[in-house]
Amino acid sequence: MSENNIPKKQILSTQIDLSKFNFEKATDEEKRQQDVMSESTTFFKDGMKKLRKNPLAMGSIIVLVAIVLLILIAPMVVPYSYSEIISINGKRDRTAKELSAFQYSENEIAYMEETGEKLFPHIMGTDAMCRDYFIRVIYGTRVSLTVGIFASIIVLIIGVLYGSIAGYAGGKVDLFMMRIVDIIYSLPDMLIIILLSVVIGQTLNIESGSFLASLGTNMISIYIVFGLLYWVGMARLVRGQILSIKENEYILAAKSIGAKPGRIILKHILPNCISVIIITTALQIPSAIFTESFLSFIGLGVQAPMPSLGSLANSARAGLQSYPSKLVFPALMICLIVLAFNLLGDGLRDAFDPKLRK
Amino acid sequence: MLRYVVKRACLAIVTIFIICAITFFTMNAIPGGPFDSEKATTPEVKAALEKRYNLDKPLVEQFVIYLGNFFHGDFGVSLKTGRDISKTLVTSFKISAKIGGIAMAFAVLFGVFFGSIAALMRNRLPDRIIVFISTLAAAVPSFVLATLLLLVFCIKLGWIPVWSPTNNSIILPVISLAFYPMAYITRLTKSSMLDALGQDYVRTAKAKGVATHKVIFKHALRNALIPVITYVGPMTASIITGSLVVENIFTIGGLGQKFVTGITNRDYSMIMATTIFLAVLMVFINLISDIIYKLVDPRITFE
Repeated sequence: MSENNIPKKQILSTQIDLSKFNFEKATDEEKRQQDVMSESTTFFKDGMKKLRKNPLAMGSIIVLVAIVLLILIAPMVVPYSYSEIISINGKRDRTAKELSAFQYSENEIAYMEETGEKLFPHIMGTDAMCRDYFIRVIYGTRVSLTVGIFASIIVLIIGVLYGSIAGYAGGKVDLFMMRIVDIIYSLPDMLIIILLSVVIGQTLNIESGSFLASLGTNMISIYIVFGLLYWVGMARLVRGQILSIKENEYILAAKSIGAKPGRIILKHILPNCISVIIITTALQIPSAIFTESFLSFIGLGVQAPMPSLGSLANSARAGLQSYPSKLVFPALMICLIVLAFNLLGDGLRDAFDPKLRK
Repeated sequence: MLRYVVKRACLAIVTIFIICAITFFTMNAIPGGPFDSEKATTPEVKAALEKRYNLDKPLVEQFVIYLGNFFHGDFGVSLKTGRDISKTLVTSFKISAKIGGIAMAFAVLFGVFFGSIAALMRNRLPDRIIVFISTLAAAVPSFVLATLLLLVFCIKLGWIPVWSPTNNSIILPVISLAFYPMAYITRLTKSSMLDALGQDYVRTAKAKGVATHKVIFKHALRNALIPVITYVGPMTASIITGSLVVENIFTIGGLGQKFVTGITNRDYSMIMATTIFLAVLMVFINLISDIIYKLVDPRITFE
């Protein structure tokens, strides 16, 4: 062993003789430069960090979580149900009509004075049919949120499936599948929804008593229509993403070792466009809520007595002059939910869309 | 170019055909015929009536007849009022088109104006106010806005009389219809204007010493407006669906109100006619806006 700990050169070795070059040992300071100071971040972590710095998006998440907690907990706390007419000692309380917020009816006051028992207040008053309005708004929010989320999931599943098949297959299959998408895309969705709601409402027979029956045929037709029409935007997006991703070398590598198309799509392609899919889904929810409230407003939404925010707003129109607060509560709820989802979607896009990255 | 126009026109025709088919066959899927609800008719009378309205023929043949009538502008008669639907469509469409057209002009003018201001004054107070309001506006359904406007300006303040054939101030319906598209166009114009202002040709123009207003109007705005054209199609759709509720709230006897009344009355021939009419209108406007989009932007290549 010579100096510098370099083994002695063998005669036939092609090893370069380092002793001929002028190398200097690295100083401690220079060595420290190689130390990893911070942990390496993944795409997801980096995006979350950006999202956490966005006050609007974080505020929206807080608002949405608060609303979800409210609609889960409130029905357990409030002793009234959404279809229950307020009654005292089993007798219908006719004085409990159109009460304003936190007001008790005459019968209720008399009852409380008599027994000393404290009745649960009507936080938003009561409606024209003597039902507690707060619990109706809560159930309306439940319906609207459920419709928004489930419709988006339907859109997500169909759109991703269709788009990835078309994009991965390419060629004539793609051309044919995309022509269908083009045609569906140019159909006026709202008119078709209304049309199908009218027809399905007349033809569909659901056994009474089930959960579907309580939602009503119109709600089911909304889901059907979302399944039939709304997925095309998602399908187009996914297809476009897949067309560009499938040209990458790692897809070729996967193919060359014999991976099946299904595995390539699931394991290699979809994870690479997941951010775009999530953003689109988040922005789909408010549009579905809009559609539902609109349909409920023109009387094609949920079946009475089940309320939805749209149908509550519609029935508030009758007594608008005297009881404007009946409109304000559901309207405010719709605006709040839609605004929160819009801002959250925008925030997600800013944080996760690779196209916007510097 | 011609190939593109022909291709889009073919697609539009296929779409219209599909809309007609969907409308016709779904409406026929509803149980019960038009003569069932009347007092018990004898089988002979019913058969004669069905023969008169071609209902005894196979469904496909009925569809062909319906299509033929439709291309002649004959939509049949309303099941409830017995009036000629084509005439109702024309009279009510005049009212709707007036309000919808003004709302569209309103939305584009103010949307482009506010969007440009927001882009030119980026991160300053006017920009922040405009962004705040347009974000809020995108979360307010048109029916909520219309009802609130009606409540505040007609009922509480009494500044504007409630709509009637003699006293027809269209300002409130127009605002309720234009609000959402206006917010959308504002955001669209802002982002495309910012994009255009960052382009090399704008810098070149500025370097040459072109006056600021000329740079803005001639170089930046003209290019920034191209994406707005693509929004014309969706905007029509949004205004038509908006008019369904807005006309009802303000009790304007336009097409939207006829449609909703048709739904509540289960007047199937009326629903069918209005759906097809509005759908064809929407497909047509989409077609035109697509072609104009390709015409004004030479950078876009034709497939």
